[in-house]
Amino acid sequence: MENILSILVFFPAVAGLLGFVIDKDSAKAYGVTVAAIEFILSLWLWFSFDTSNAGMQFVEMIPLIPDMGISYYVGVDGISLFIIILATLMTMISMASMGETKNMKNMIITLLFLEMTMVGVFVALDAIIFYLFWELSLVPMLYIVGAWGGPLRVYASIKFFLYTFTGSLIMLVGMLFVAYIYHSLTGVWSFAITDWYALVLPENYQLWLFAAFFIGFAIKVPMFPFHTWLPYAHGQAPTIGSVILAAVLLKMGTYGFVRFTLPMFPDASVAAITPIAVLSLIMVIYTAMVAYAQKDIKQVIAYSSVSHMGIIMLGLFAMNSEGISGSVFQMLAHGIVSGALFMLVGMIYERRGTKLLSEFGGLTAVMPKFAIIFGIMLMASVGLPLTISFVGEFLVLLGFYKVSPMITILAGTSIILGAVYMLRVMKLAFFGPLENEANKNLKDLNGRETWSLIPLVAIVIWLGVYPKPVLEPIDNSVNALLGFMEEKAITQEAKDVIIVAKSSKEAN
Amino acid sequence: MLEPINVSLESLNLITLAPMLIAISGALIILIVDLINNKLHKSLYVMLTLLILFVDFGSVLGLNVNERGFFDVMLIDGVSIISQLMIIGGSMIFIPLALTSKRFHEFSYPEFFALFLFMIAGFQFMVATDNLILIFVGLETASLALYTLIALHNRANSYEAAVKYFTMGALAAGFFAMGSAVIYALTGSVELYKVAEVMATRVNEPGLMISIFGSSVLLMVAFAFKLSLFPFHTWAPDVYEGASAPLAGYMSVVPKIAAFVVSIRIFGMYIDLGVEWVRIVILVMSVLTMTLANIMALVQNDVKRMLAYSSISHAGFIMAALALDTTEGNTAIFMYYALFMFTNLGAFAMLWISRHKQRRFVDLHDHPYEKFAGLIQIMPMGAVIMALFMLSLAGVPPFSVFWGKIYVMQAAVNAGYIWLAIVMGLNSAIAAYYYLKLVVYMFLKDPVKEVEVVYYNISKPLMAIIGLATVATVAAIFYVQPLVSYLYYMISASGY
Repeated sequence: MENILSILVFFPAVAGLLGFVIDKDSAKAYGVTVAAIEFILSLWLWFSFDTSNAGMQFVEMIPLIPDMGISYYVGVDGISLFIIILATLMTMISMASMGETKNMKNMIITLLFLEMTMVGVFVALDAIIFYLFWELSLVPMLYIVGAWGGPLRVYASIKFFLYTFTGSLIMLVGMLFVAYIYHSLTGVWSFAITDWYALVLPENYQLWLFAAFFIGFAIKVPMFPFHTWLPYAHGQAPTIGSVILAAVLLKMGTYGFVRFTLPMFPDASVAAITPIAVLSLIMVIYTAMVAYAQKDIKQVIAYSSVSHMGIIMLGLFAMNSEGISGSVFQMLAHGIVSGALFMLVGMIYERRGTKLLSEFGGLTAVMPKFAIIFGIMLMASVGLPLTISFVGEFLVLLGFYKVSPMITILAGTSIILGAVYMLRVMKLAFFGPLENEANKNLKDLNGRETWSLIPLVAIVIWLGVYPKPVLEPIDNSVNALLGFMEEKAITQEAKDVIIVAKSSKEAN
Repeated sequence: MLEPINVSLESLNLITLAPMLIAISGALIILIVDLINNKLHKSLYVMLTLLILFVDFGSVLGLNVNERGFFDVMLIDGVSIISQLMIIGGSMIFIPLALTSKRFHEFSYPEFFALFLFMIAGFQFMVATDNLILIFVGLETASLALYTLIALHNRANSYEAAVKYFTMGALAAGFFAMGSAVIYALTGSVELYKVAEVMATRVNEPGLMISIFGSSVLLMVAFAFKLSLFPFHTWAPDVYEGASAPLAGYMSVVPKIAAFVVSIRIFGMYIDLGVEWVRIVILVMSVLTMTLANIMALVQNDVKRMLAYSSISHAGFIMAALALDTTEGNTAIFMYYALFMFTNLGAFAMLWISRHKQRRFVDLHDHPYEKFAGLIQIMPMGAVIMALFMLSLAGVPPFSVFWGKIYVMQAAVNAGYIWLAIVMGLNSAIAAYYYLKLVVYMFLKDPVKEVEVVYYNISKPLMAIIGLATVATVAAIFYVQPLVSYLYYMISASGY
């Protein structure tokens, strides 16, 4: 199946369209089945993926608008492969764990369309197709937050939409400008990213284009100071909305940096290391402090998300294979861990109707299974060794150490600060005496909830102990990327900063 | 004694007049049919009009590119062919909207359809010539017919709209006549191709700049009125509100295409002559138009007024492409309107479906946002379609207007106006807010009043037109390529 990527993109969309005729009560079963098939298809993609090949695989190209250079062009490499699997996995699991929801059918259809756009973003190799899925992903999310969210849902959903929309329009101008340069140099219109990679741009162009793309991606990540939409979106979104948002949608921003910014503008990226590192540090430390001050469990996790995204950003701009591979790995880790944590918060919210820390205490006594899984995820979030996040965080810090030991040490506090705010949640919610009357009759996790969380626990531990099967393909593609960046960089300064691993250099 | 003029029939090339004559004789046929039997149902007239437009469309397709006719007054170049096709196409989508399930006053008069065809003939004259006098005649024929069509809606605010439009239109006509007079005084000709030749030789003469400048100001004012550009846009929302919804949608597309064609011919000439001032003014006007109209649209309480301001903003967007004066820029104008036409007419048709004779929600407006609250629960398909139109207007890919937008923005970037592309991008972001406001009302709020009011006016022909508009909006990605290559070919063939 050479065209498996197209199947992966359009299968959920077709399923979503057919979903309109499914009976209301069977909608959830339909959705979970479709998501499971999609997940199996993505696993198939992994197994048929050639891990030793660092380039794009399963490439398909169909010209759509040749006069404008736009074509349907998709492909996958080690970097995008696992994010696609993450997207299909989290969609399936969050859908399966979903409790009673009003208008279930609309929710399922919306989720299936959202899945199409998510997979589409990660397989697109044509800038306009990428932009198309990128923008389209806002619409289902707007509906999910707006229709099933909390009291401020309309405000939160519009804020989310407008923030991202504004940023990406600036990015669109950047894309059009790159296409224009490409046209003036080669005489051909092309929006294919692989064609754009071949462009060697003068440094001042690179800086402006970097800024344009930065705005688009940074809002999505969200980088400080563009992060203000995120707490609202998380605070108001229904559980499944938060899970997908944290696990997959935020990764679009960091993925954009890897796919566009780094290889296209290597000199500008090197020049931007210090400012980005400072912003990332602010994200790591400042939002960790904000997380500590939250009264609402969900907000703690929302801010911790921003904090962890700071680590990912830091790794991307380490310009060496440990840093970038680590941060791609950390994207997966953060997706799984924060997704699981949001699901857990959703479960307790369903039972008690509140997410306030002050309402809880001593939950371990009544909900032991819940407490154990929450504990594991919490430890994983902090970055305890032998959990998935440790691998990513460690590699990122190791990578950035080569750039700046000082910043790395400051960023390393994220593990300490993370432990502080996360253990505070643990202490307030799970330990201590069980005082609140309303909590005394809480039921522990039921079968559906337990079984949707156990796979995530298994992955957290499996990849924490043995990350090699995932890390290796990522590392391959990252090394290819770095080799390519070094070759393309104009200034000697940039060439010095970009460190290509020995083995891949020889291979080239 | 005057010599008798000897003209051979071939040299007149009368075929260039055929499309307009078809529209005019069609209008006369409708009047004659009415004279013979005045008890005929409106559906007959709608279908007759549609057939006449069909024949008209065919006759335009049969024209050869770059021909002149009728004492060189008629000019059939690529621009005039594509604009005529778009004018007729837009009219063909519009006219079945008369077949509502409820009776509305204006469509029971056969004169409505006759006037409609006269108006189309007027627009066709306007775009198929470069003679300033014939442009003026076409413009006035079309405008006078249009004023009447608006007034036929027969409500207090449609009279207001018609009179307001008439007054403004008359003022614009005055400016146009004065501008043409100045051009004639400068060059001794009203044919634009001769004007361009003479002006090119005289443009550097000392003391003449002020007159060239003056003529461009007068013409600019005239067309700024017609295209509803800031600061001459104030009539537009009131007129759109007073007109029936489909007619408002029609006015936001077809007359503007005609006015844009004339603007390309006139202002393109000035820019080619090196009158940089014209370009700057067009850029300033277009940026102000899109920004201010967007900001005004944010605070509207009525969906129709919101759409009116949004059409003004879109016109400003397209006007910017005119200032680029590149083949791509001119292609972008037509491309944008071709894509915008379906979406905008579709959106106005959705308002038309929900139109009732009395105002049931608030006294001030026909289509307040509250009317659409919770539409997803009342009429799921309708809500989804309306949302598609709104997202398309906001420029969300892959819907039709997005492709127009990136084409305009790409043209701006290619011409070196990156700041303009950024302004356009930011404006699209502002615009997204008010389009989303309607989406939020439809999807995220609960209905406020009894349900049947929303699809009061629906009928099969309306559903067919909306279905067509929806398909054109959603499937744009598949026909953009043939569209853009055809338009580009036609425009470069006519030398713009």
